Amino acid sequence: MTTILRLLGGRSEWLICLGVFAALLLVVLPLAFNGYFLNLLGRYLALAFVAIGLVMCWGYGGMLSLGQGVFFGLGGYAMAMFLKLEASTPEATAKQSTPGIPDFMDWNQLTALPWWWEPFNSFSFTLAALLLIPAAVAYVFGYALFKRRVSGVYFAIVTLSLAAAMSILIVGQQGYTGGANGITDFQTLLGWDITTDSARYVIYYICVFLLLVCIVLGQWILSSRAGRVLIAVRDEENRVRFSGYSVEDFKIFVFMVAAVFSAIGGAMFALQARFISPSQVGIGLSVELVVLCAVGGRFSLLGAAFGALLIKTAEMYLSDLFPQLWTILFGLILLVVVLAFPKGLAGLYELARDYALDHFGSNQSHAALEEHADKRSLHGREEGFLVRAKRILGGIR
Amino acid sequence: MGGYTTSEIATIMAMQGIAGLSLFGVFLLMALGLAIIFGQMGVINMAHGEFLTLGSYATYVVATMFESYAPGLFSYYFPVAIVLSFLVAFGVGYLLEYGLVRHLYKRPLDTLLATWAVGLIMQQIFRSIFGGRGVSADAPDWLQGSIQLSQMLFLSRSDLFVMCIAIAMTVIVAILLYRARWGMRVRSTTQNRAMANAVGINTAKVDRNTFALGCGLAGIAGSAFTTISATTPTAGAQYLVDTFLVVVLGGAASLLGTVASAFSIAQAQSILEFFITGSMAKVLTLMVVIGIIMLRPQGLFTLKVRQ
Repeated sequence: MTTILRLLGGRSEWLICLGVFAALLLVVLPLAFNGYFLNLLGRYLALAFVAIGLVMCWGYGGMLSLGQGVFFGLGGYAMAMFLKLEASTPEATAKQSTPGIPDFMDWNQLTALPWWWEPFNSFSFTLAALLLIPAAVAYVFGYALFKRRVSGVYFAIVTLSLAAAMSILIVGQQGYTGGANGITDFQTLLGWDITTDSARYVIYYICVFLLLVCIVLGQWILSSRAGRVLIAVRDEENRVRFSGYSVEDFKIFVFMVAAVFSAIGGAMFALQARFISPSQVGIGLSVELVVLCAVGGRFSLLGAAFGALLIKTAEMYLSDLFPQLWTILFGLILLVVVLAFPKGLAGLYELARDYALDHFGSNQSHAALEEHADKRSLHGREEGFLVRAKRILGGIR
Repeated sequence: MGGYTTSEIATIMAMQGIAGLSLFGVFLLMALGLAIIFGQMGVINMAHGEFLTLGSYATYVVATMFESYAPGLFSYYFPVAIVLSFLVAFGVGYLLEYGLVRHLYKRPLDTLLATWAVGLIMQQIFRSIFGGRGVSADAPDWLQGSIQLSQMLFLSRSDLFVMCIAIAMTVIVAILLYRARWGMRVRSTTQNRAMANAVGINTAKVDRNTFALGCGLAGIAGSAFTTISATTPTAGAQYLVDTFLVVVLGGAASLLGTVASAFSIAQAQSILEFFITGSMAKVLTLMVVIGIIMLRPQGLFTLKVRQ
């Protein structure tokens, strides 16, 4: 017990938390759930990619993007376009008036594959596109917005409108995008049947692996010098600018990283849900993702990923049992989080850890805690529990 | 332009222009409340659409009451409904500010999340009470039918009514903001809160009333909306993005800007709709507005305010 506490107070804390999270995803969940439910959990983990992107962009960078669905959608649609083309062989679509094109195009009287669909016949192009296109879009919008110093609530509104524009565009261009139904009805990836139970396990593990890679990568960026500058930009943008940093470049970089993470999530979603539709692009999902991130903890990559998984799993069970109450409960959870503990679940964990350290820790663990005092906003056992709780949970702007 | 003669173009323009005018009324009514809440106070109220829906349902309830208890007076239910919609939305807005928003003034992005949660809860409550399907009150006879302007041009009475309400509300808000002592207090709180406090303005009270008034205006907008479409739990939410863009494009804190940008966005969308599909017109308008906001983040009409 004391050893664990000593480690939790020290430098290796983050690694321990990562290990616990990885063990949960890699061992516990696959043992506890069957293939069907694991597939559902995999979809929720796809949302966790966006949540960790938001931690970097919003929690650390101070840029609240309400348009992450755009990037989620770009990744998802790129993946779905490839899968759909694979499913639309001339043999499989022989009944159509134009065989060899996706069914929804045929229904919309298209007689040839649009030119921009052609490259998605290639898997390697698709993989490159689902990383590069969102990065390029994020670069263009990031450049245009940050260079003009659009920030704060204006940035939120502009990204929100982007999400709206993108989903309206997809719904409107039915012949090219599948319209409101989205792209559905595909079974194979490079000839491999993705509907079987074993495929579900494999894809789930790929998804978890990619998520862990993104979390480690994100943590590496945030704890690097660039991450420090980013925090400085969030807290005192002009002072950083006057110190000679190109503030915009840091912001654009993090916005792009968040976009690429979201796109990977979108691709994993399309692969596991076996559909993608405009509701995965629009305002509803974009705002919901911000909420998942806020509940999990906007300053913690692990917290946000865990929060996304937890809330969506709770939704799966509760929205079946109490369909009307769930929405209200979800709103109330969000209200409580915003008002009482803006650091989310990660903040609750911090509070519990410090409480445990104070009451059960040995002198060594206190020494370890003190050594890393700079990382913590807590400290001071002489304060009352409530005072400290308030400072840890709510002591942020 | 693709095979149309000049006179045809002129007629099309006039037709779409009239359709655009009614859209302008809708946008303006929606945007007025937000121009006060977001423009003056800097608060992003994501539940603004739900206040509109609240006003619509209040109007529906009033109409149903009149129908069953005073059928003879049915043609006159509207004034009662407007006042009641305003009061209900004002009251809920007042409570929302007191219970929630005032704790978050220092964290504007958190206000956004919190009000979104409130909107979600309100939507669900509407759904539980009135059901997911749209409800609509019968319009009184003086709102039915349309006025013929020329052989090709019609203007429906309900559109005209919405536009009249929008203009009347704009005038009232302009007088309140720029000619009344209340507006002076609001503007001074916006421009310099500490100084406003120092000269004896109760800024907390000003905030509360400003927020509630903005919500009340959304309620009136909702009331007017019942004449042009059925009310569903998400009726207001679908206008949210447009409304925010109208206010941002016009320049926060500028009433004239809000009017001008509501007019241009509505006209652009409506005229484009004839030449390309409705959804593409919407996308194009959104993208152009986003482009303009990038070029002029402070909006088209701005007040110089010391930050």
